[in-house]
This record gives sequence, structure tokens and C-alpha cells, in this order.
Amino acid sequence: MRNEMRIQFSALSQNESFARVTVAAFIAQIDPTVDELTEIKTVVSEAVTNAIIHGYENKANGMVFIEAAIEEDTIHLTIRDEGMGIPDLDQARQPLYTSKPELERSGMGFTIMENFMDKVEVISEPSFGTTIHLTKYLTKNKAMCN
Amino acid sequence: MGLAVNLELKHTVLCIRLDGELDHHTADLLRSQVEDFLKKNNVNHIVLNLEGLSFMDSSGLGVILGRYKQIKNQNGEMVVCAISPAVKRLFEMSGLFKIIRLEEDEELALQALGVA
Repeated sequence: MRNEMRIQFSALSQNESFARVTVAAFIAQIDPTVDELTEIKTVVSEAVTNAIIHGYENKANGMVFIEAAIEEDTIHLTIRDEGMGIPDLDQARQPLYTSKPELERSGMGFTIMENFMDKVEVISEPSFGTTIHLTKYLTKNKAMCN
Repeated sequence: MGLAVNLELKHTVLCIRLDGELDHHTADLLRSQVEDFLKKNNVNHIVLNLEGLSFMDSSGLGVILGRYKQIKNQNGEMVVCAISPAVKRLFEMSGLFKIIRLEEDEELALQALGVA
């Protein structure tokens, strides 16, 4: 059975906490470990922060869209913005690369997503926005199937 | 859930104690409070106590790296202490431990800087 939820909210930094806590509450029903829940919260935070800072360049009139789906032991997340897009995806995904060093960005957002999730797919089109698809398989359930 | 920032000067070491969640939203608050404190006080080194930190993401890494650079420019050191396994993973991933020393608690961190 597939179980889905969708939220959308203004691209405001105070909504970053709302976004990760909401997704974590949805995911909690399939009993992830504490580590897995932290990983999910962290990647949601990374993707939403990217949308706010890079997609919309801190202009609050944009909206951020999140879809989450649970399918057995698999979590699918889609985080989307309709902002300016990423001109060079390969460069953006390099560890420690940031287009905004003046804002003290660490350049670790995509690296963290790649480390904490099983699949990371980024689709971006200049001036149309960025969509990030993230997939995670919960380990506990996998072990139970063996 | 926001972030509470507690700043205390012990000799010339600034102890920064964080309670709550450090993300892009709260990183700005931390940066401005620490920068303001550094302007008004004579600080040689920084101890960053993360005991009360319940969440951190890459924005936290950025603001910590920024404060490290600031104190390093004044020939100072930064020591991080009381770090959770989740935050430790982020530090390891970004290579921050190559430049920032880790100690178990605040007392040991102060000792490492010769102040306890």
C-alpha cells in the first residue's frame, strides 16, 4: 500500500523546521530508527534550505513543495521549487562547492543528501526551478525480510 | 523549536553553549550574537559546547566554519565539545575535524586551551 502526503509553504527560513518535523512525523508511522529519522530530517532541511537560498534567493514570495510517500520499507521524498534553477548541476553536487560563500554556506548540502539517502536525483531547469527526488530504504525492515 | 545561544567569557576564552536546533534560520542569530560579542570583548579562543544541540544541518557547519575562520584570523583556536553522534557524522563528512579540535566536555576543552 502506498501512503502519500503533500505540503506547500512560503520560502521562509522559519519554515525549515516546520518542513523537517512534518516529514519526520509522517515517516514515524513506519517505525524508523532514531538515526534514520535524523537522516530524513537533515536531508529535508538541506533541500528546503537550498530552495529558499538558491532557488528563490531569499525572496519570500516563492513556494516550496514537498511530497512524501511510504511504500512498505521505502521512503520517497520530492522537494521542489519554482525558482531560478541550478545552472551547473555537476558543480553544485561537488563536496564543499558553494555558489554563495559570502553567506557562509558550507557547500555540503548535496553531499549530505547523497550520504544519508539511497538515491538522489536532481532535475533543474534555469528559470523554471529545481526538483529533488530522494529515496531511502529502511534497514530494519530489510533485515526482517531476510 | 529555535536556538538558545549562551555566551560566557572565561578568562579570554569565549564559551558558546547551544541549546536547540541549528539550521539556516537560527545560524544567522548565532553568527550575529557571536560577532557582536567578539567586537566588544577581548577573546583569544572559542569553546563550542554542543551538549544541548538537538539538530544540526550543513548551515550549522557553515556558521561554525565562519567563526573558526574569525578566531583563526586573530591567531586563536576553536575547540568543540559534547558533540552528539549525529553532529559528529556531519563534522567527519565535511572534514571539519582536520581544523577544529574535539574534546569530550567543556572542562577538558578549557584545559586543552590552558584555561581550566
